[in-house]
Amino acid sequence: MTEIRELDVAAVTEAVKGLCITANYDLPVDVYDALRAAQEAEESPVGREVLAQLVENADIAAADRVPICQDTGFAVIFAEVGQDVHLTGGEFEEAVHEGVRQGYGDGYLRKSVAEEPGHARRNTKDNTPAIIHTSIVPGDRVCLTMMAKGGGAENMSSLNMLKPAQGWAGMVDAVVETVSRAGSNPCPPVIIGVGIGGTIEKVTLLAKKALLRDVGSTHPDPRIAAMEDELLEKINALGIGPQGLGGRTTALDVFIEEMPCHIASMPMAVNVQCHAQRHKTVTL
Amino acid sequence: MAAKKITTPLTDEVVKDLRAGDAVEITGVVYQARDAAHKRLVALIEAGEELPFDLAGAVVYYMGPSPAKPGNAIGSAGPTTAGRMDAYAPLLMRHGLKGMIGKGLRTAEVKQAMQDEGAVYFAATGGAGALLAKRIVGNEVIAYPELGAEAIARLEVVDFPAIVVMDCHGGDLYAEGRAEYAREV
Repeated sequence: MTEIRELDVAAVTEAVKGLCITANYDLPVDVYDALRAAQEAEESPVGREVLAQLVENADIAAADRVPICQDTGFAVIFAEVGQDVHLTGGEFEEAVHEGVRQGYGDGYLRKSVAEEPGHARRNTKDNTPAIIHTSIVPGDRVCLTMMAKGGGAENMSSLNMLKPAQGWAGMVDAVVETVSRAGSNPCPPVIIGVGIGGTIEKVTLLAKKALLRDVGSTHPDPRIAAMEDELLEKINALGIGPQGLGGRTTALDVFIEEMPCHIASMPMAVNVQCHAQRHKTVTL
Repeated sequence: MAAKKITTPLTDEVVKDLRAGDAVEITGVVYQARDAAHKRLVALIEAGEELPFDLAGAVVYYMGPSPAKPGNAIGSAGPTTAGRMDAYAPLLMRHGLKGMIGKGLRTAEVKQAMQDEGAVYFAATGGAGALLAKRIVGNEVIAYPELGAEAIARLEVVDFPAIVVMDCHGGDLYAEGRAEYAREV
């Protein structure tokens, strides 16, 4: 008989609160290093100046404990809940929302969520609700990842229901076109998450999850790694550059996640992320 | 790059002298306003009512800050995407607005209004909100406090760094810079 581990959801609230604050103050090391490397490599003088500002900005945010960007985002929470965990003391999802409420309040983070978006557009004033993606996994741990997703980059993302006959060439065109059309809007240099396959809702989730990979990391499947390299080269040939002012660094990296799809379909989603790729993970 | 030092409110002479690609450092008062505030400003103009600030020579900063920590004038304060204000910007320019600070693309209508009215669009670095906040030394909400981060505030800036992306002569660094660095693969 499997041992069941009890976990009070108060620990979930505390963890989410901490994740919201640290994700918004501390740029991940992989992103920071990529910005510094881009600063060295960039040919455009304006582009180099922009990248230097972004590196300095990350230093200031970490030292002064202030947000990297004023758009502290929608709080997207990926929760992997071990099937041998029994959550006690309250409702899991409410515990996550409460963590966001406390983190965005205590951390001086901007509240950027509007309710009744089709008409009233009232600010909910505590940045709730969080967007929660839960999966049940083996084991007795709860792994929580918080991504702070800003509006400017999310607005530039795309969903493409391609025809299977369009193949990889069609996907390349759709990704490059998405980044090209976005231009300066999503705060380049961007990070691009590409989802391929599944269904209309699953493919957009794949694209978002792809953004959690470390910048500079290589996909374990060499065929996908080569596809990612091809996309990165084509995106950086657009000339958009840092902040869209012209240059070689339009994207820092491209990540692809794929899964099987219907024989009639080829869904593809592109999630555009700004250079401030803020995310943090904790395991309880 | 040596930055041109400019002060607000902007005069026609200063605006005419600015060219796409110029680095500037702005000192003086700029007005924080984004989506919801613009909607209200335009409604006031259309109703013929008085605005919460004088548009003559004014510079608006498309920005909604994070809350200020105790002891700080403002929280993180980088630009938001300017394109969302495109529907409102030409009318404001016709009523005296001379400068806009934001980031991202503008419509042909906005670019034309900038040439017709003599106005300039500056890009500040998006996502550099902690750095830019250090150049904002005064912050007073002057209208719509109920809008929170979308309220209109009177900001005092000192040597606020920005780049002229669109000038009153039709120059557009987004288009020119991209063309310069685009290549075939």
